[in-house]
Amino acid sequence: MTRLDETPRIETHNATASAVELVGLSFAYPDGMPALRGIDLRVEPGEKVALLGPNGAGKSTLLLHLNGVFRGQGEVRIFAERLTEANLRLIRAKVGLLFSNPDDQLFSPTVLDDVAYGPLHMGLPREEVLERTRVALEQVGMQGFEDRVPHRLSLGQKKRVAIATVLSMGTPILALDEPSASLSPVARRELIDLLQSLPQTMLISTHDLALARDLLPRTVVLDEGRVVADGATADILEDADLLVAHGLEPLSAHRHQHEGAG
Amino acid sequence: MSAIAFITERYEARSSPVHVADARAKLLGAFGFIIAVTFTAEGAWLALALSAVPLVIVTFAAHLTPMFVVRRSFLALPFVAVALPLIFTRPGETLFTVPLTGWTGSREGIEAVATIMARSWIAVLAAVLLTATTPIVELLRGLRSLGVPRLLVATVSFTYRYFYVIGDEATRMMRARDSRSAALPGYRSGGSIRWRASVLGHMVGSLFVRSLERSERVYAAMQSRGFAGEPRFLDQPSLRPPEAVAAALLVGYAFAVQALAHGWLT
Repeated sequence: MTRLDETPRIETHNATASAVELVGLSFAYPDGMPALRGIDLRVEPGEKVALLGPNGAGKSTLLLHLNGVFRGQGEVRIFAERLTEANLRLIRAKVGLLFSNPDDQLFSPTVLDDVAYGPLHMGLPREEVLERTRVALEQVGMQGFEDRVPHRLSLGQKKRVAIATVLSMGTPILALDEPSASLSPVARRELIDLLQSLPQTMLISTHDLALARDLLPRTVVLDEGRVVADGATADILEDADLLVAHGLEPLSAHRHQHEGAG
Repeated sequence: MSAIAFITERYEARSSPVHVADARAKLLGAFGFIIAVTFTAEGAWLALALSAVPLVIVTFAAHLTPMFVVRRSFLALPFVAVALPLIFTRPGETLFTVPLTGWTGSREGIEAVATIMARSWIAVLAAVLLTATTPIVELLRGLRSLGVPRLLVATVSFTYRYFYVIGDEATRMMRARDSRSAALPGYRSGGSIRWRASVLGHMVGSLFVRSLERSERVYAAMQSRGFAGEPRFLDQPSLRPPEAVAAALLVGYAFAVQALAHGWLT
């Protein structure tokens, strides 16, 4: 399904800089509800990080800060470059955001138009737009669906197309909001295989602890807008007390099922 | 508070006699008042001024500030602008001519437009007071128990219910689009205006399609809970006499002003 050598060209960056650096990031919604309370976080290039935590912990809000959709207090640095109003669009070429509901992400009349939107907006030449679109659809295994209407696809297919719309932008960082939510077991497994094959730096917000275990070596637990744990996924998933204290269910039952299935 | 909530959330919680009054009394009073005001003849400025008096009284009785009520009424002003061509089409004493077009504005035309605007504004102010002092659920319940067709009430109620849902959906779609609206150094980003407009058009289109599909799901869910065409409300107690009297006084006063202005009584 995927060949790494076909990954769209990724811009080169200062090799010593962190991919993502958040310094004292705080954010309150317009109604005054605090969502993030002083987040400090560094993610190195190539790292794959799970963001776990109960609903309302601030996971999605945090992801929406990485490309400046939300602008809280504190600093967001992407490859050492501080996110400001002026470089917003340049940063968005470095951080690709996948929204939890693919229907929000897909708005074009055909799959092809949707995957081409990002590269077209960047002003790339036509041939490169088509090449990136082709490669992205191939990476997610959706080649042949170019002329289909997005809202007529199954949820699993929509998710793949939505991921392709981000991959075609060639961003070195992927921020994915609950990519496996409400997928069937097969679609979920295919998604994990797909993400496994991608070399990008990843931050994935999820309730799917098995996905974190299989895909993401590092885990950050958020609760009430704060980082309450940050470490190796294997260690954090072993810590049943920590998980239960922050609205998560330890994995033992899942693991059993999973290994049984093969 | 989101922008959507700002537009749709009309109720201003206070504890005042106007707020606690029965929604039906307020509906009947406001409706009768608006009907009376529409009778105002062109140029009957005194009648218009007298008609506005109850609005001032209700504003203070409801613990609202005149500024608040007036500001909110401006939302409806663009709709009044459709009367403006009357300035040029009404025959009469010519006051001015628009250069190049040869259009002439008449004194009678200006008077007609000013009256229409004033009448509409008074009606809007009455509606602003009604919606600011009555929660939407009570308004709908009141409309239904006053015999407004259930289809109409149901339509208003669903519009209110799903306005937020669709507004939030639109917000999320625009966020997602913005997230993919990136730029690379050395390239001219953004695409052509035509292309951006077509993207926006497709977004609106898919919002329509998704709303339609949602309506089918919602309807199926309602049917499966036994919905037969009307939201069920608990029975309402009968109208309290003092409130009914207050509404009747308001409507009576507004019609009395008209009767005097038109000389109906002589």
